[in-house]
Amino acid sequence: MIPRPHIDWFALAPVNSLLAASALALLCAVLVPRPWRKPVAAALCGVGYAVAIGFVIALYVRSGQGSGVVADAVRRDRLAELAGIIIAGSGLLATALSYGERWREDHTGEYYALLAAAGGGMLFFVSANNLLTLFLGLEWFSISLYILCAVDRDRLGGLEAALKYLVIGGFGSAVLLFGSALVYGATGVLDFAGIASAGREHDALLLVGLAMIVAGLGFKASAAPFHMWTPDVYEGAPTPVTAFMAAATKTAALVVTLRVLVTAFPGDAHIWTVAVAAIAVFSLAVGNLAALVQKGVKRMLAYSSISHAGFMLIPISAESALGGRALLYYLVPYAAMSIGAFAVVAARERELGVPVTIDNLAGFGWERPLLGISMWAFMLGFAGFPLTGGFVGKFYAFAAAYRHGWTWLVIVGVIATLVSLYYYLAVIRAMFMRRTEELQLAGGTVSGGSPPRELLLQSTVCACLVVTVGSFFAVQPLIDLAKHAANGLPF
Amino acid sequence: MTTLLIVLPLGAALLVWLLPLNRISAGSLALLAALVEVGIWIQLLVRYDFHRGGLQYEQQRSWFSDLHVSYHVGVYGFSVWLIGLTVVVMAAAIAYAFWVGREQTRAYMGLMLLLTGSIVGVFAAQDLLLFYAFFEAMLIPLYVLVGVWGGPGRLGATLKFVIYTMAGSLLMLAAIIVYGLSQDTFDLVDIHSSSSNWIFLGFVAAFAIKAPLFPLHGWLPDAYRESTPEVAAVLSGVVSKAAAYGFLRIAVAKFPEPAQHFRGFILALAAVGLVYGSLLAFRAPDVRGIVAYSSLAQMSLITMGVFAVNDLGLDGSVLQMVNHGLVSAALFLLAGMVERRTLTGDLTRIGGMARGRPALATMLMTTGVIALAVPLSSAFAGEFLILAGVFRRGWGWAAVGAVASVLAAMYVLRLVSAVLHREVGPAVSDAALDLRPAELGVVVPLVACLLVLSAWPAAVSGHSFRGDRPQADVNAQFR
Repeated sequence: MIPRPHIDWFALAPVNSLLAASALALLCAVLVPRPWRKPVAAALCGVGYAVAIGFVIALYVRSGQGSGVVADAVRRDRLAELAGIIIAGSGLLATALSYGERWREDHTGEYYALLAAAGGGMLFFVSANNLLTLFLGLEWFSISLYILCAVDRDRLGGLEAALKYLVIGGFGSAVLLFGSALVYGATGVLDFAGIASAGREHDALLLVGLAMIVAGLGFKASAAPFHMWTPDVYEGAPTPVTAFMAAATKTAALVVTLRVLVTAFPGDAHIWTVAVAAIAVFSLAVGNLAALVQKGVKRMLAYSSISHAGFMLIPISAESALGGRALLYYLVPYAAMSIGAFAVVAARERELGVPVTIDNLAGFGWERPLLGISMWAFMLGFAGFPLTGGFVGKFYAFAAAYRHGWTWLVIVGVIATLVSLYYYLAVIRAMFMRRTEELQLAGGTVSGGSPPRELLLQSTVCACLVVTVGSFFAVQPLIDLAKHAANGLPF
Repeated sequence: MTTLLIVLPLGAALLVWLLPLNRISAGSLALLAALVEVGIWIQLLVRYDFHRGGLQYEQQRSWFSDLHVSYHVGVYGFSVWLIGLTVVVMAAAIAYAFWVGREQTRAYMGLMLLLTGSIVGVFAAQDLLLFYAFFEAMLIPLYVLVGVWGGPGRLGATLKFVIYTMAGSLLMLAAIIVYGLSQDTFDLVDIHSSSSNWIFLGFVAAFAIKAPLFPLHGWLPDAYRESTPEVAAVLSGVVSKAAAYGFLRIAVAKFPEPAQHFRGFILALAAVGLVYGSLLAFRAPDVRGIVAYSSLAQMSLITMGVFAVNDLGLDGSVLQMVNHGLVSAALFLLAGMVERRTLTGDLTRIGGMARGRPALATMLMTTGVIALAVPLSSAFAGEFLILAGVFRRGWGWAAVGAVASVLAAMYVLRLVSAVLHREVGPAVSDAALDLRPAELGVVVPLVACLLVLSAWPAAVSGHSFRGDRPQADVNAQFR
């Protein structure tokens, strides 16, 4: 008889509820009659996410002391739960956003099943406590996302995006796996705390493994130079999927990067802080410069997400409790702004039936004031203007870098922010300062969506707006949440 | 009360945006809010204890405690005057916009109110990060106001404006982070002075761009020409004062050593800007060009006064901030009124407008005479104090200033004569009316304020600093 570890079902409840939602949605693809399939599947997915949010909140409240559960393979602590709140919230919003998407309705059950599964994978991923569960979680949500990218077969570039993501993502996973193997070879243990206490800080094998793990996570966080898949995949994937990837995948990858580096490799901090800072600077440079020349809004937002990977790696590189707080705070408005911005893009896309470029946003702000003003707020938030959480997030990130003694990194971040203004303001310029008459479309236009679907989209955008602006005013409560989460890490 | 002054326009802005009002009611609501704001300010003015001076009507609430950032507002003597300038000019600008009837009234009025709230916030903030937040928040409505309702070249103008100002602001953000974290507080009252040249220069860069100082004025002509007259009035009348305020409240007070170290440099930049701006104003081909470049010159003069850091210079610069705010707001609004009648500001195509238009002639003449600082005018008092102040720092600076006042007389007289006198220009038709009562209602209060100040300039210059001892107040960092 194989000894069975004690299983803390409560700690696994968020993941399990999403898995259950996923399984039920899959069943619904077979059992529910076609006209009902989409609402039922979407509702199941939404309920799954809502239940998961409930569970992670309960877990956050009850996990004051972090602990390893299920034979120490999974970590139950506030860091994982806070990231879980952001991820599951993004998932819920992405579900609402997907409902009005216009695509052939023959695979909706599978779509929602995969969306729920991807979220479950990410929740598992952020609570990973050893290299094996880390890799398992990574593959779990990645494979779901590969399919999600290609789910709309009529979409031009969707398949290309999925294939590119599959190949490059697979490469990234392989790098991570190889790195894990090297670390295991160097230390002989898999769990993060064990790696830290193995006392092999300057082992070359361990350092190569560390580098490969950072690279593998960098692929998921779309930090330069591991970003090359991002623009194509963000552009080609269905917009709700892009929104989900931009918000949730990045959150998961960055939080795990923080956890792995701080818990498993504290002895090599002097090396990885520099490496992470270098990746951050490179991401800022690549993301901002490339975004300047983009015509497509989704592509521009993809580069913007690369540059934000850079901004959020800055606090990780600071290797301090302040840095941890900064990252976890910043992720909240960032996730809201990403989903919101892509939701607005999706609305315009559904209206026009063509990919959204900066040019064909002309006059949009006046036609649809709610979406226009929200997009305005999201762009200003990305650019780090006050009245949005993006400002406080950047401030915290820079403050962490300064406290670490890296004033130069503050300067780099400030310059990057300045450059980024140009392309964020270009969106506002197009929406409000150009007339609808300037709009010229190649094909015919499609009429607007039906009211109930639009209602979902608009509530999504409103929710994102509330979080984006609210996080500027409610800094203290969010920072307290982030502080409790970051305190679980051994800084 | 301070918080009310900030929140009232913001709340009114939200109302104007959210309620389904038509053009008339949205405009009336905005105007009402602006007038109530003026009323509250009058309350503040009456109740502020000028005898005691210092920070009053203070409010403080923690914003995020781990970095010691708080919502801390309050007013000093000079902030009372600057807030007054803001609310008066904003009320005039909103009234003018209402009368002209801007398209998308709700959006326009809401943005004007948002702008009012953020400018008042800048003058009231006593926390570095809060100051920065308001300073940046000013830019958001301005960007849209110029970019949406501006003239044909508005897109280029806004882009230039935003990139310039943000470059400065972000340097200031870096400076704030370094300054605040190194002292472990962001509170403007508590924070100790610093001797770091780099932090000082970060702040100065932001203010020098916003003011603007030579050679950072590249954004100025386009922004002032392409925006609507009332926005140009606010930009040059009020927003530029935020920069002068920053010089006074932060750069000079918190960085005594660097300010002394760089005094020669900044005074030189200001002197060059003073003469250069005056010359450009003299050569400008249009009405707005003259006012825009004269604004460059006047802001340079105010900066000179601040960086003289002595009693006369500081008193004079505060007085001149208020003067120039009122003068340039009135001139930009008058320029807008002239342009509405002639459809151009080109000086070669207008002229002879005084005949049959006594109200326009009187208003422009009065404002012009005050602008060129004839003796007995408030601007004369301000300029005289500033020049006397910089004289103490070296007679050369005062000599440059004196030359510039001659140039000021030249460009103002050129403006007045080109618009009012000479033969009637091709763009001026006989049908062009005199100022309407509503237009008079917008301009007369501004001019009346100027006349009152001319009669009693000490109202401002004598009631700005604690115990009427500016230098001591600055040296004590306004504590």
